[in-house]
Amino acid sequence: MNFEFSDEQKFIKETAQNFLADKCSSTEVRKILDGDDPYHAELWAAVAEMGWMGTVIPEEYDGLGLGYLELCVIAEELGRAVAPIPFSSTVYLFTEAILTAGSEDQKKKYLPKVAAGELIGALAMSEGAGAVTPKSISTSVSGGKISGTKVPVVDGDVADFVVVTAKTGAGNDEGSISTFIVDMKGDGITVETVSTIDPTRSHATITFDGADAEPLGDTGEGWHIIDRVFDRAAVLFSFEQMGGSQAALDMAKAYAMDRYAFGRPIASFQAIKHKLADMYVATELARSNCYYGAWALSTDAPELGVAAATARVSASEAYAHTSKENIQTHGGMGFTWEFDCHLHYRRSKVLGLTIGSLPRWKDRLIDRLEARNVAA
Amino acid sequence: MDFNDTPEEAVFREDCRTWLDANRIEGWEDRIGRDTGGMVLSKEWQKKKYDAGWACLHWPTEYGGRGSTAIERVIWSQEEGKIGSLSGLFIIGQGMCAPTVMSHGSDESKASMVPRIASGEDIWCQLFSEPSAGSDLAGLRTKAVKDGDEWVINGQKIWTSGAQHSDYGMIITRTDPTVAKHKGLTMFYLRMDTPGVEVKPIKQLNGNTEFNEVYFTDVRIPDSQRLGDVGNGWMVSLTTLMNERLAVGGGFPTNFEDMFQYAKTVEDDKGPAIQNDVVRERLADWYVASAGLRNTGYRLTSALSRGEAPGPEASISKLVLGVNRQNMASFMLDLQDTYGVLTDKGIAAAEGEYQAIFFRAAAHRIEGGTDEILRNIIGERVLGLPADVRVDKNIPFTDIPTGNK
Repeated sequence: MNFEFSDEQKFIKETAQNFLADKCSSTEVRKILDGDDPYHAELWAAVAEMGWMGTVIPEEYDGLGLGYLELCVIAEELGRAVAPIPFSSTVYLFTEAILTAGSEDQKKKYLPKVAAGELIGALAMSEGAGAVTPKSISTSVSGGKISGTKVPVVDGDVADFVVVTAKTGAGNDEGSISTFIVDMKGDGITVETVSTIDPTRSHATITFDGADAEPLGDTGEGWHIIDRVFDRAAVLFSFEQMGGSQAALDMAKAYAMDRYAFGRPIASFQAIKHKLADMYVATELARSNCYYGAWALSTDAPELGVAAATARVSASEAYAHTSKENIQTHGGMGFTWEFDCHLHYRRSKVLGLTIGSLPRWKDRLIDRLEARNVAA
Repeated sequence: MDFNDTPEEAVFREDCRTWLDANRIEGWEDRIGRDTGGMVLSKEWQKKKYDAGWACLHWPTEYGGRGSTAIERVIWSQEEGKIGSLSGLFIIGQGMCAPTVMSHGSDESKASMVPRIASGEDIWCQLFSEPSAGSDLAGLRTKAVKDGDEWVINGQKIWTSGAQHSDYGMIITRTDPTVAKHKGLTMFYLRMDTPGVEVKPIKQLNGNTEFNEVYFTDVRIPDSQRLGDVGNGWMVSLTTLMNERLAVGGGFPTNFEDMFQYAKTVEDDKGPAIQNDVVRERLADWYVASAGLRNTGYRLTSALSRGEAPGPEASISKLVLGVNRQNMASFMLDLQDTYGVLTDKGIAAAEGEYQAIFFRAAAHRIEGGTDEILRNIIGERVLGLPADVRVDKNIPFTDIPTGNK
């Protein structure tokens, strides 16, 4: 059995960790938290030079031609560093949509630009509060023109191209939805940045008014395309969440070791000790579930549907738990703007919501287990 | 990442499979019901394996093993399958007592005792915990006093699994109460039929009697049955407890699948319980924990396959299993609704299985290391947090406060 990353993959992880420790310290993250820039342009350029955006893009499209295991370890490090860049939108969502459903021409058109770091991509689904379902989508396409409003779109204000789900058929079932690619430089597009719980990841409202829409995949296939993209993205996001969870645990431990009360480090009190032990257990279970997701993703295993949902639920809950208990461990200082605890508290919630919330994914997990009829 | 054997592992697996297919006892499952306590069948299977060189694989050949690696033990266990449950009778003897004898016993003790543990001829129990010493094992009080070439033991042990059918027991005693508690302990082994040893079963909250109290009244044993130096008992016991942790099978199975299937069969007014959102969420949570344990087992097996020692993540399994099993059994009773109170074999839902787990699971969080101790161990040994403040560390044992007793 070889349920572990290879030495080469571990080296990529180590390199990524050192690179981000240098170029994405909390000082850098706070520039985006506090300032007006939607993302850290310098960091994005440095990441582009590393070629990370093209990790899974085949060499024929100018990518690195590596695999999902390599992308997973990079994702983990980006999560640990709370990186304020549009990496996930471009790589886990936009690129996966092109790889999953794009024509050969579309792959040739978009993938090399992504690999070169010259294209920021995004995915637009949600239109209002509540779960995204075929019924909740009113944005529609007719005669190659798209109209409607999408909100919130992660990186919607900086994306060059956006994959959009829109109605193309009558009724409210899955077959009424198709996916399209929209060039954000086109006419009939209004973008408005919106404020969110995590200012280190910009979000926007995009209003389409008869803008050009390029079909991605067959008509009526949109829901299934997004389903497959979300499974793949779920695994990649879960690595970010797991990396963030570990960072929150490390931060809590470091604080508890140094902070004295009643004559000794608070880390020596059982209430804190047990709290950190629980954070460790949650993060390790998530790590194991992430690994299985990585295996399923990298081998295109039939188990991917269950593995992805399991990884997402596990990592979302771990990160939610550790980020809030990290604040708790810090006492009053944990509630300040100045301390970094809230960077994780914010990011953990955004990652937990971005491709669908926990209740939806737990439901999805049971659906998949029922479909398999046998849970392993 | 893959789930394949290395070429060497594949060869070993084939060897195991060949022997097992030819020698596995036919119809063994039918014989269990007729066999009192499962002992005859268990001993028969163990002897068969021993005679062919397939017992206690990782032990040296001179004691009946074949010097196998940890991953080979995992592979054997996978191939042996369900009949491996017959080894339950020997877990304490083979898993904990024999390694201790091999590390600390005299040459005569090793030669005379260990092969008989491997073959299943002798069953051993572990005489560690006492009424005043569970989590705080070093606080034990059973005394051993030297008298010529013998030691005289007085005291009481508790929670001793299998004492009622054990041939031998490994016992840790206090030989010097005037020094600090960890320094005055000595380990011995003895025959359970030695005069003065009295085994009394304890009725558990589920009505079963797996555990016992064992009373020692002027029990005399020869010094040749000492394991390790006088006063070195604590170090010897750490060998025993460490081996407990190394008993890995490559996974920590849960009964999620049974519960999942059960939720499909029991109904409410809207249809099968599995369509209920509350039920779906609870099942999803249990699945994610179960998968996490299974996948942690894969990481563990992977490390063994590379010849590495199990990592610290191995310590999380008991903690996760215990509380989840208790909560999920309770939830299964919730699904049965009012009917969930029934334990009557003929009419109870799911043959009363979840009612049984509901009770037995209460002990999972206590036996073999309580949840609280495990959290302390994770905190201190895995995360490196400072140790608890100890008020009993460097004072004579006789000066340690004990409460009302």
